[in-house]
Amino acid sequence: MTDRLDLPEVTWRRVSPRYIVVDVVGYIVFGVLMVGAGAVVAYFVSIPWLWIVVAALAVVFVVTIALTPRRVRSIGYQLRDDDVLFRRGILYQRFVAVPYGRMQLVDINRGPLDRLLGLSELKFVTAAAATGVVIPGLAEADADELRDRLVALAESRRAGL
Amino acid sequence: MTSFTDGEWHRLHPLTPLLRGGITFIAILGFLLYNIRDILIDIVLGGDGRNGEPLVWLYESEFFWLAVLAVLVGLIAIVVGYYLSWRMNTFRITDEVVEVRSGIVFRRNRKGRLDRIQGINIARPFLARIFGAARLEVNVAGQDANVKLDYLGSASADELRREILRLASGTRVAEAQALQAAQLDDTGQPVTRSAAAAHLIDQRVSELLAPELDPGLAPPESVVQMHTGRLIGSLLLSGFSVFVLLLVGGIAWGVAATGSYLFLIGVLPTLIGTGSFYITRFTRSLRYSIAGTPDGVRIGFGLLSTSNETLPPGRIHSIQVTQPLLWRASGWWEIKVNRASTSSQKGAAGQANTTILPVGNLDDVRKVLALVLPDHTDPESVALFERGMRSKGGDDGFVNSPKRARWYLWFSQPRNGFATLPGAVVLRQGAVWRQLTIVPEARMQSVAVSEGPVFRAMKLASIRVHTVAGPIAPALSAVDRTEALRFFREVADAAISSSSADTSHRWRSGEVSP
Repeated sequence: MTDRLDLPEVTWRRVSPRYIVVDVVGYIVFGVLMVGAGAVVAYFVSIPWLWIVVAALAVVFVVTIALTPRRVRSIGYQLRDDDVLFRRGILYQRFVAVPYGRMQLVDINRGPLDRLLGLSELKFVTAAAATGVVIPGLAEADADELRDRLVALAESRRAGL
Repeated sequence: MTSFTDGEWHRLHPLTPLLRGGITFIAILGFLLYNIRDILIDIVLGGDGRNGEPLVWLYESEFFWLAVLAVLVGLIAIVVGYYLSWRMNTFRITDEVVEVRSGIVFRRNRKGRLDRIQGINIARPFLARIFGAARLEVNVAGQDANVKLDYLGSASADELRREILRLASGTRVAEAQALQAAQLDDTGQPVTRSAAAAHLIDQRVSELLAPELDPGLAPPESVVQMHTGRLIGSLLLSGFSVFVLLLVGGIAWGVAATGSYLFLIGVLPTLIGTGSFYITRFTRSLRYSIAGTPDGVRIGFGLLSTSNETLPPGRIHSIQVTQPLLWRASGWWEIKVNRASTSSQKGAAGQANTTILPVGNLDDVRKVLALVLPDHTDPESVALFERGMRSKGGDDGFVNSPKRARWYLWFSQPRNGFATLPGAVVLRQGAVWRQLTIVPEARMQSVAVSEGPVFRAMKLASIRVHTVAGPIAPALSAVDRTEALRFFREVADAAISSSSADTSHRWRSGEVSP
């Protein structure tokens, strides 16, 4: 038994490493905006300890960005016979199993960077809002194929609510 | 009386405009009477004309007849409007859907699929009850996804509910004999029109005095009634009472400390508010009953305005039995459920209609659990549920949190655990606020296990079962990691097998109808 939450019998399918770029760029843009706004406020208000807050914010963003490759590698999914398994997270790990028959719809989202790199994000929606299964960073063709397959599977195993 | 389920379009009860607009009419009438009364008194007693009254001023001004005309035109417009809206409001029930058309200018058409029905609600506000009318609401999964039929005749509402449930249950053959029987009186003779009119008053009175639950509808051993004493006790022992006590204490302290009685100004509105809160809750929960009918669990309540709701089998997504600390001594419990629809109709005691048992003792809980979980009435399951409610923990069929979780769950660690039955997951939590959550596997949407850095160091994990949104979020934290993973695997498999074996969306399709 390893020291972490793990399902050793499952061979996970990983998402595309290109997704690291999307995630990193997203965090850089968000981080620059936040830290910049904080710095502007601190500069004009001239309260010294505000600079410490801004610096802490910057450190948090740098650490988050540095950990992105590991975080992206931790995302995994597997399509089993009757359900889809999903995992994500390193510090806060989460495993979810969603039966195909429970899927209400499958969403494909593509941001501007995703489009540039040919990636898609797949989202499963069930009748429970808490299910929250989103697989980012799938190659475009894979995502479309996966969606069609999932919809077909969900159709053949459909159950009531 | 015609059958509503012949697939043709039908109209609502002819008194619908009056019942819907009833409050407005009464308000206008009341205002007029109030003003005219003063004038009449003055005329009779020879008063001094009362120049301040707006109606007197209007009467003496030259616009009087214009004003009368305006009021008349307005009233006629309202009456015509209500009449048209009644004419244009039609509904039909086919084998597949219940469909409503309404609106004069903006037409609106709403269809609800019968196999997606989550519940049927029949409400009889006091005014409607006097006229023998009822409001029927068909709940379909989703927010604000209800098909409303207001108002229908009281008897036809009951019949319509029975017919909708019969169609939804998947029984295909019409019960022709039952339909004919409805048009015969006691002696087997067809009811004539004049006899029916003579019976009208009798019928109204007997309807008003009739017990809220028709005794022929459900087997008496399945019926749970609300005990009035217990109802009062539960209201007094609620969190709200603690708040009121604190408030009174605070005001008393304020008066004593400052010596001024200024604080008492705040007391009167509070007293009125508190009183009306208790009274509303009390009257709304009177005559509460929950019973098992062949087409689902029926929950009814109300003294003056009554309401009852039928939940067909397989429409309950999770069940939670809780006991607040104040109720521990008297051994009372509350039962809530998660359901896929939201009804506009409030439940008993003005609470959300997800509370299916506002207060009950162990025996009531046992009966209600048997109603909502008909597959788990065997002695082992029942004993497990009772251990889940009252046991202090230990080796009692539940997989409990390990000793090392004590730092996280100070009191409830020995009790905090899960158990699996064939077809259901049982989660037990809380030593001070005891709660037991049961999720039928055929209804669960997904299952998750998660672990944060602190739990990882302790080899603990959290499990969570996802169901439709509601007051219950079935979850358990600080479970042993190996056990949590075992739970995850087991429940993920069981959810698939249970949901594929489940036929409750057409709950009687297997039966041969008579």
